[in-house]
Amino acid sequence: MKKIFFLLLNLLISVNLFAQQTVSQEVTMADQLRADGKIWVVVAVISVIFAGIIAFLISMDRKVSKLEKQLKK
Amino acid sequence: MGTVPRRAILNESIRNVYFHVPMWFAMSAMLIASLYNAVRYLRSNNLKYDTKSVEFTNVAILLGILGCATGSIWANFTWGDPWPNDPKLNGAAIGMLMYFAYLILRGSFEDEQRRARISAVYNILAFSVFIPLIFILPRLTDSLHPGNGGNPAFSNYDMDNQMRRVFYPAVIGWMLLGTWIATLRIRIRNLSLNSD
Repeated sequence: MKKIFFLLLNLLISVNLFAQQTVSQEVTMADQLRADGKIWVVVAVISVIFAGIIAFLISMDRKVSKLEKQLKK
Repeated sequence: MGTVPRRAILNESIRNVYFHVPMWFAMSAMLIASLYNAVRYLRSNNLKYDTKSVEFTNVAILLGILGCATGSIWANFTWGDPWPNDPKLNGAAIGMLMYFAYLILRGSFEDEQRRARISAVYNILAFSVFIPLIFILPRLTDSLHPGNGGNPAFSNYDMDNQMRRVFYPAVIGWMLLGTWIATLRIRIRNLSLNSD
């Protein structure tokens, strides 16, 4: 009897916790990028630009080394 | 990077104005430089100007791709869709495709003078379609972008003067960076032309 009573008590406590969770969750999905006033979107944008420029520079580097080989011959 | 006005939906992502918007400003500047050199080629038949023209276009395409990618990320978290059906976006996409076609057109000619002449003419055509597509048509209809849909002089911007103090130097900086990359590529191309 005591065990069942404790089980019910624990279940009720957990129901209470679930209720609190749903209240605290907002409608917008909790993506990390939407957190902290969306500042991570700015970080993502800057890293895309950086990656793009680096990729472009690598392609230019290849061109230069091909040219160097040609000039050596 | 300075204080920014507090706006709903945009939140801190308003700082993307310093990165996403200068891409398109710098791209337009590169395309103007490319157009200028295309016209100079047609007037002089000097292949030097054709080299300049194609490299400015290459850098413009890089900036355009980066502008599209950054815009998609930003739109995904503010407008809720990476590619909303917005006249400015679709205009930019068509413009980009026209400049991809420019590069393909160049690749399809063997003769240098012929390639230079036809691509210079196509460059003028592409530029004169590109400008209405991204600067005029979105203003005639309605766009999610601020400053579009009607006269930009009367529309409200989310930006304030504090932000303009960062934004305009960023625009000038990206234009200069683009010019620098383009001149590096022009020098590489001239070297490879001389070595052949």
